[in-house]
Amino acid sequence: MEWLETFWATYSTLALSVGTNILLALSIYLTLACGLLTVANAAFMGIGAYTAALLTLNAGAPFGAAVLAGALLAAAAALAIGRPTLRLSGVYLAMATLAFGEVVRILILNAEDLTGGALGLNGIPQLAGAVHVLVAVAAALAILLRLAHSRFGRAIAAIRQDEIAAELLGLDVGAYKLFCFVAGAALAGLAGALNAHFTFFIGPSEFGFERAVEILAMGVLGGVASPWGAALGAALITLLPEMLRGLGHYRPLINGLILILIILYSPNGLWDLVRAAARRARAARAGTPC
Amino acid sequence: MLAQQFLNAVSLGGVYALFALGFTLVFGVVNVINLAHGAVFMIGAYAALEAVLLLRVPLLAAMAAAVGVTACAGWLLDRFIFAPLRARRAPHLAPMIATIGAATCLTSLAEGYFGAENLRFPAQTLPVETVSLAGVSITELELGIILLALALMALLLWGLKQSRLGRALRAVAESPRAAALLGVDVEGLFRATSVLGAVLGGLAGVLIALYSNSVFPHMGQPMLHKGIAVVILGGMGDVRGALLGGFFLGFAEVFSVAYIGSTMRDAVAFGLLFAILLLRPQGLFGRAAQRRA
Amino acid sequence: MLRLASVCLHFGGLRVLEDVNLEIPERGIFGLIGPNGAGKTTIFNLITGLLAPSAGAVEFFGERLDGQPPHRIVRRGIARTFQNIRLFRDMSARENLLVAMGGESGGIARALLAGRGRDGEARRRARAEELLARVRLGDKAETAASALSYGEQRRLELARALATGPRLLLLDEPAAGMNAGEKRELMSEIVKLEESGLNIMIIEHDMGFIMNLCREIAVLNFGRIIARGAPAEVRADPQVIEAYLGRDEESAAKP
Repeated sequence: MEWLETFWATYSTLALSVGTNILLALSIYLTLACGLLTVANAAFMGIGAYTAALLTLNAGAPFGAAVLAGALLAAAAALAIGRPTLRLSGVYLAMATLAFGEVVRILILNAEDLTGGALGLNGIPQLAGAVHVLVAVAAALAILLRLAHSRFGRAIAAIRQDEIAAELLGLDVGAYKLFCFVAGAALAGLAGALNAHFTFFIGPSEFGFERAVEILAMGVLGGVASPWGAALGAALITLLPEMLRGLGHYRPLINGLILILIILYSPNGLWDLVRAAARRARAARAGTPC
Repeated sequence: MLAQQFLNAVSLGGVYALFALGFTLVFGVVNVINLAHGAVFMIGAYAALEAVLLLRVPLLAAMAAAVGVTACAGWLLDRFIFAPLRARRAPHLAPMIATIGAATCLTSLAEGYFGAENLRFPAQTLPVETVSLAGVSITELELGIILLALALMALLLWGLKQSRLGRALRAVAESPRAAALLGVDVEGLFRATSVLGAVLGGLAGVLIALYSNSVFPHMGQPMLHKGIAVVILGGMGDVRGALLGGFFLGFAEVFSVAYIGSTMRDAVAFGLLFAILLLRPQGLFGRAAQRRA
Repeated sequence: MLRLASVCLHFGGLRVLEDVNLEIPERGIFGLIGPNGAGKTTIFNLITGLLAPSAGAVEFFGERLDGQPPHRIVRRGIARTFQNIRLFRDMSARENLLVAMGGESGGIARALLAGRGRDGEARRRARAEELLARVRLGDKAETAASALSYGEQRRLELARALATGPRLLLLDEPAAGMNAGEKRELMSEIVKLEESGLNIMIIEHDMGFIMNLCREIAVLNFGRIIARGAPAEVRADPQVIEAYLGRDEESAAKP
């Protein structure tokens, strides 16, 4: 058990980051799964983080309430911009969410009295522990897995493949997209709220474009076939740079390379490769020619 | 005072227009949203700076160096990202995501190699003598920027309208398949457009670097966002729109800074972008429909 | 049953549809023909809500359709097939049908809460099997839509449209790319559907197909209705002949 304690002392932040990154990856998985390319999840994460941190820091709010508030406020923001923005098609949507992310970052920077501006918030109570993150991740995975295998999941997959055909079969495409967008924002907000409470400090630069790219990379790496893919993508992107000594500084470079390579060589993400390999293995064992 | 602001707006607007032109050309012809355009802009700035620092060449030669380097960047982007995705008929979002990756890589590499600090041009390279123009004093630099930007735009517009290359580009923008049937080397033109777009972006980078006398790895990003705002404002794929939108943003920024304050300056572009996207996504001159194959 | 009253559609300066008046009665198959670019598919797009008319009204069993979002129009009982097949390529034949059935029982809230399993799903799967059998795709339930042959894909699209439980079926060039044998099968299938109580409206270029199948035909040219009536009348109408001048005269003369 002492081994575990030392391990935890050194790696707790990393382990907890894997957890919150899984939540972030799941948040973008939801939107990618219905065919939306949004890069606003970093901003939603920021909204969740600042809301929760300000509540525990300044208002002494209980941890659970603060985290919930963070997730809900992020969801509310998504709801506010969702209806008009989601009418836009692929490319315009991506750019609108890009702009939204920047607006949020600029607002945070400028609301110095509240958010500390560029200096960020310091001394956030370290209230988030392994149990909280674990429960959050398990719950999110369980819910999304259930959804993926349900009528909802089927509808989402149809919308992703051909939105107009789906609409003409009676599916309220706008409502499905809005749900995914808002639920994704809530997940991102939850991740941000939890993250703020084990990293002690948050600043506006953490929720900007670099973070948005990292989230996108996790989602793209994981692919839209399954929530497990998102979890895998998150784990890889969080851990890989740390494991390859000293590459931690080059996270953005690695994320960028991952995006390029995956798009070029395995656009459906790694999970697809994993499943294909598993299929081949099964076929080989069964003796069928593949 | 007003005249001074006016000139500031023209020079800033000119550079925005140049940048936006590169972006919108690539969208219009190659049908790709190149989100690495900001990174190429940054590369142009560093190329010129390094040429001045290392090779000690005068400004014009440094700009030529920037053109060379960014032309290569544009070529590489098309060869290794756009062309393979074209061949595969990948969905629209694929090159977008890939260029996000490329931009992140390039920025990270620049930061690793040059460091994150703000670099400046050595004092003697910047032409700071002031010239008196219609009662306003303006630095040679600013005058140079305005003239260069306007000249490039005029050249580009003339070229697109009158030259054979320009006509071929417009044909491909309209319908690559038809152009191919007419014997146009469509792949070659795609590559050429990517190069041209990159050069425009790189030149914009040099000009902004001179204008603000600062070069840093992340300078491409706010510029990209503004470029997107301009292009959406003017209409994606429309050259006139990029021009007008660029100047419009230049004026909006300069005058809002003058009268509201500089902290929310970047927010102007985004505010505009958001408003346009909600009210009229196709912009002032945009093509609302997807082009036919 | 379906009424288009003085419908106009303008795009910028382009007048796509001009003063279109159509009253389509219940029963009997209604055909819509016209040269390429006349605006036939546009009318379907308009009926199903993908486009909103610049002027005029669309009524279905007395209720106004124009201005409604497409998914609500579909739930009122209008389904369509497409000129270019728009199946969900990565999904199996059965799944394509199951998606179509998701629309009928009230959108997203139900889908979220219902999860999987239970009678609802079992009932839907049974109905999907039934529809697949009806279009002779019973053994291809698990096959991915992209793996089906062209003819099979067309049949699947038809089944999928039927899966929404429509009162009116809009078929956009259902015979395109089919050989004579397949067309005969399709014709008898459509007749059977009509006999079972379904209202049907068809756009087609194959004159023989249309003339034999439809009780009434309307002819569209340059966005205007230039003729309407029984097949024999329409075929003899000089304006119609002129619209098709030289093109389909030969096949129009065939039985």
